[in-house]
Amino acid sequence: MSDHHHHDDDPIGEHDRPLSGPALRVKALESLLVEKGLVDPAALDELIDTFENRVGPRNGARVVARAWVDPAYKQRLLANGGAAIAELGLAGRGEEIVVLENTPKVRNMVVCTLCSCYPWSVLGLPPVWYKSAPYRSRAVIDPRGVLKELGGEIPDDVELRVWDSTAELRYLVLPERPAGTEGWSEGQLAEIVTRDAMIGVAQAAVPAGSGR
Amino acid sequence: MNGVHDMGGMHGMGPVVIEMDEPVFHSEWEARAYAITVAAAFHRKWNIDMSRYSRERMPPARYLAASYYERWLFGLETLLVEQGLVTATELETGCAEARSGGTRALGVPGVAAFLRDRLKARLDDDVPPKFKPGDRVVARNIHPVGHTRLPRYARGRRGVIDRDHGVFTFADTNAMSRDKKPQHLYSVRFAARELWGPDASARDSVFVLLWDDHLEPA
Repeated sequence: MSDHHHHDDDPIGEHDRPLSGPALRVKALESLLVEKGLVDPAALDELIDTFENRVGPRNGARVVARAWVDPAYKQRLLANGGAAIAELGLAGRGEEIVVLENTPKVRNMVVCTLCSCYPWSVLGLPPVWYKSAPYRSRAVIDPRGVLKELGGEIPDDVELRVWDSTAELRYLVLPERPAGTEGWSEGQLAEIVTRDAMIGVAQAAVPAGSGR
Repeated sequence: MNGVHDMGGMHGMGPVVIEMDEPVFHSEWEARAYAITVAAAFHRKWNIDMSRYSRERMPPARYLAASYYERWLFGLETLLVEQGLVTATELETGCAEARSGGTRALGVPGVAAFLRDRLKARLDDDVPPKFKPGDRVVARNIHPVGHTRLPRYARGRRGVIDRDHGVFTFADTNAMSRDKKPQHLYSVRFAARELWGPDASARDSVFVLLWDDHLEPA
């Protein structure tokens, strides 16, 4: 029978280390930085609010929807992503963005194998799966396997291009406009453009049962 | 450095699992870790490449076990001490020995501009390109112990220049000695079969962003 009062196999039990764990470390570090005058708590709140409430995949969806309805805009977007995104008044100015166009014959998929580079200004902060070892390791060697696992298997005769974000350039995938969306407004179109479609691991689709 | 962060092509990491309706941050500490990391960079004691290199130096077993923001926290603590914004004693005790005498902290009005400009790496320097689109190149077979943006899977492999993006700060030297070493940055296309052998799809390719110093004519 085990002896519940025996702690030799747990020499540094959590209860003995009040400052263990990232939550407490971050709290202690923030207090220290504030005390030293190195960070301003109000600016921290603003940094968090920016990505919790104002900048996220809805920004990228607006760019895609505009490109779908305005061919001249699409040409500008493909020629100079950052400048065309700035036209919509989004925070993309300054971020170098290359837009990759999906076609019936070519699909694009974005990864950062070395860290987790991601187009913050149009998609917000990256999701956990994008930053995870499984995606970072497999996207370049087995992209078709990854897509299949995520439910988006692509036919053999479609070319797949994987883009590894190894510099200060960010990629945004311009998905194909789905059939059945003729006559939709830009706002309606933006609603069906998902984050994963703009990373290139899914396609934009009309939701099943959509009554539009 | 040939570290575990250089994950492209590794096996055994498991399936890719997408969380539905994922929150931007999974807990309050993640949000604060992100914010103090960005705000601390405002003092310009380090650049984005030094920041990446600080995370890559996390011991490999810990790196693999850590979450994204735990890696950020490790990198931030490393840089704060290395660059003298915080002493090792202050970090350990959590008590400030002295107020910082340096630059002012990032304030609310500066947040949007700082987020916009912090990654700027394009330079105006008039440097001629060594390659042009269509040129055949080979990625150098180098194994620097410091920071590099040339992934292991591409080293020694043949590719084709797809696009010249213009002159950029060279991340490899910027991380180690703050030397921007202005040079052209290219999208280089590598056939999947060149990288992964005959089992890969003949149609597919991987595009890697590489600088002049990473490449040689093929």
